[in-house]
Amino acid sequence: MAKVHLTIDGKTVEAEEGAMLLQVARDAGADVPSLCHNDEVKPYGACRMCMVEVEEGGRKKLVTSCTFPVKEGISVTTQSDRIRRNRKMIMELLLARCYKVPEIRELAQEYGIDVEHPRFQVSEETCILCGLCVRVCDEVVGVNAIGFAGRGPDRVPTPPFKEPSQSCIACGACVYVCPVDAIKMVQTPESRTIKRWQRTLPMKVCKVCGEPFFPEYQVEYFAKRAKNLPEDFFDVCPNCR
Amino acid sequence: MRQVHSQQDLKVLREEIQKARDPNQTLVTICTGTGCHAHGCMNVVSTFRQEIEKAGLSDKVGVRTTGCHGFCERGPLIVIYPQKIFYQRVQVDDVPEIVTTTLRDGKVIERLLYTHPQTGAVATYEEDVPFYNLQKRIIFGNNGLIDPTSLEDYLFIGGYEALTKALFSMKPDEIIEEIKKSGLRGRGGGGFPTGRKWESCRNAAGDKKYVICNADEGDPGAYMDRSLLEGNPHSVIEGMLIGAYAIGSDEGYIYVRNEYPLAVKHAEIAISTLKEIGLLGENILGTDFSFDIHINRGGGAFVCGESTALVASLEGKPGEPRSKYVHLVESGLWGKPTNLNNVETWANVPVIINRGADWYSQIGTEGSKGTKIFSLVGKVNNTGLVEVPMGITLREIIFDIGGGIPNGKKFKAVQTGGPSGGCIPESLIDIPVDFDKLTEVGSMMGSGGMIVMDETTCMVDVAKYFVNFLKGESCGKCTPCREGLLRMSQILEDITEGRGQEGDIELLEELGAVMKDASLCGLGQTAPNPVLSTIRYFREEYEAHIREKRCPAGVCKALITYEIDPDKCTGCGACKRNCPVDAISGEKKEPHTIDQTKCIKCGTCKDVCKFDAVTVK
Repeated sequence: MAKVHLTIDGKTVEAEEGAMLLQVARDAGADVPSLCHNDEVKPYGACRMCMVEVEEGGRKKLVTSCTFPVKEGISVTTQSDRIRRNRKMIMELLLARCYKVPEIRELAQEYGIDVEHPRFQVSEETCILCGLCVRVCDEVVGVNAIGFAGRGPDRVPTPPFKEPSQSCIACGACVYVCPVDAIKMVQTPESRTIKRWQRTLPMKVCKVCGEPFFPEYQVEYFAKRAKNLPEDFFDVCPNCR
Repeated sequence: MRQVHSQQDLKVLREEIQKARDPNQTLVTICTGTGCHAHGCMNVVSTFRQEIEKAGLSDKVGVRTTGCHGFCERGPLIVIYPQKIFYQRVQVDDVPEIVTTTLRDGKVIERLLYTHPQTGAVATYEEDVPFYNLQKRIIFGNNGLIDPTSLEDYLFIGGYEALTKALFSMKPDEIIEEIKKSGLRGRGGGGFPTGRKWESCRNAAGDKKYVICNADEGDPGAYMDRSLLEGNPHSVIEGMLIGAYAIGSDEGYIYVRNEYPLAVKHAEIAISTLKEIGLLGENILGTDFSFDIHINRGGGAFVCGESTALVASLEGKPGEPRSKYVHLVESGLWGKPTNLNNVETWANVPVIINRGADWYSQIGTEGSKGTKIFSLVGKVNNTGLVEVPMGITLREIIFDIGGGIPNGKKFKAVQTGGPSGGCIPESLIDIPVDFDKLTEVGSMMGSGGMIVMDETTCMVDVAKYFVNFLKGESCGKCTPCREGLLRMSQILEDITEGRGQEGDIELLEELGAVMKDASLCGLGQTAPNPVLSTIRYFREEYEAHIREKRCPAGVCKALITYEIDPDKCTGCGACKRNCPVDAISGEKKEPHTIDQTKCIKCGTCKDVCKFDAVTVK
């Protein structure tokens, strides 16, 4: 891959052509916030918190660094009044949406927002619509148990037809990746429930130690995808293998 | 029709069609565009056919159903050739008289002619009607001449001559150069130079390339792309063929709303006829150039008019936009270089190739060349579709072509550019209309919607309407658009219902600036325009709502009261009889009163009062 050269906050940096600016900037030590980015899934550009200013051919523009491929000769600023003004308003909007969510309140305060006196009407949603759950389920797990329904403010991540999921394997990847803990998982010795998708699956018990380890459907899904493994491979938990 | 395998084949076919037609034959053309459909034109068509038969004129008189002529306010419209006698508001009952008096005896029926509402001048011929003769209809004008389902009609008026010229006497680079020289800019709203887009797509790496026609027009009140695709589908397809040849593409899509059944049907007929005779498919006219077109019907999401959302939708994914830092011309449909243009842009292409960039670029302003079709609607006398040269003033469009404001009301503002355009006040009505000027005054060209508002329009209410439209059509992917529109809508709701507070205007401005700056796609970036432009030009109206809890236009129900002026009231009882909630009381011939606790402010009393006794405060 060819290398390109750019400056980030005045510092000259070498990066691979086509690499996304967010990672390049973070590698160069810049503090760029983001709520919808995760290295394991494709760049998305939804939360808009990672906006930085890029100067190219004498023109300055605001871009989301997560979706902006670096180019030769660009000059990047990660902190400016314009950037701060935008990020602050986005946090103010997210605070208004998720007024009770601790992660959002904390971040809003970092941007100097008076969380006790919101300027907008507030809602008590728990989800910031970053889309990480939907994208992880598609791109990493490959199950596509959830997607988005509704438009505009009615957008919501959900299993098809907003009904209990028929295909979720209760692997918990969405729970793990959610930045605001909006997807709750309840684990008992017998079963695992992902509450938001209304999915409960019985646990598979290890043939050796007798302890539950994975939801049964998840084990089946793994077994189907796995190649060159003994048929009884998933009868035994990872600890006893 | 027989197949054409060479330039000569097409030439011979065209000559045969032209020879077979008598230019002096009497021909009734009936507009069957969407507006005239609503006025009942199809019954007029069938009655014409019956009556002509009855009168024994079938051999002498032809009937042709055409696409939209544009003067929708006066539909159903008919034009009788060769004289071009123009009849408007033709009803089924008028048809027998037209057949005997005009078609048989050659006399004009005064009653059906157009009379200018202000001057009283009567126009016998189409070209005498001010609505038409002040326009420059280089794209839309052919709609009235052809049956959109007839390739013969299109060939008769010179259709596919531009394609022949492009294929046999121009190299792809020369075509692109010609389009660049013409100054054509994208008619879908963005205004990007078309030739430069083509060039980038041609130069993009990859063998497989796509061209797309964006027919996902979705602005409330706008229907020019619809009428073009319905009325002259071949002009759009010819543009696509020329573009595909210049770019090096062999496959195209027309993405058209499913709510436009006639546009879908006419495009389908056009494509299948072209395939039949070989103007679409492999080795067109014996050249190396092959091209095929598919039609894809959109589900009606407004955001799917945004190019990246449209491409996602074509791929079968949810219609959501993506960042455009990598352009569609580099990586578009299925990751291949893709050139997307709007219906009207494509329809401009054959005109430019036929008549040359030098001719074309004489029309318009420094930065915006050619004509633009506008959908002129709202509080204006001549509702319809108008095609005007770039640089014409808003005043000329609204007052000279549009015939001014109905019912003697005063003009207040015009909104251009669809729901996310801005409202332009009377003080700026003499600005020339082009891409750059409209942007400069806080509005935009958009796809060409033009909504006229009179003095009874509340600008805060207008802003609220458009914000609510966009809130429902935002895909919801990015924070500033989704959440910003929701909060904007709530603040505007508060202001119009008397809960506005000091600081609301400033908060709207602050929020609007961030939505413009930080939203992912064009929808969010332009969504605050209706709010910001009405604050810019009508700030005092916002202040009256907030500080005085008063709606100066008398629109916002929570802020107005209806009262009866006892000096003017004659006690006729009309208001009392018509009030839906029995809020009005009073003895006969005595002044009546309104019970404010019961009144729902529907305005019926004001509408029915003949003595102007009902006032709004």
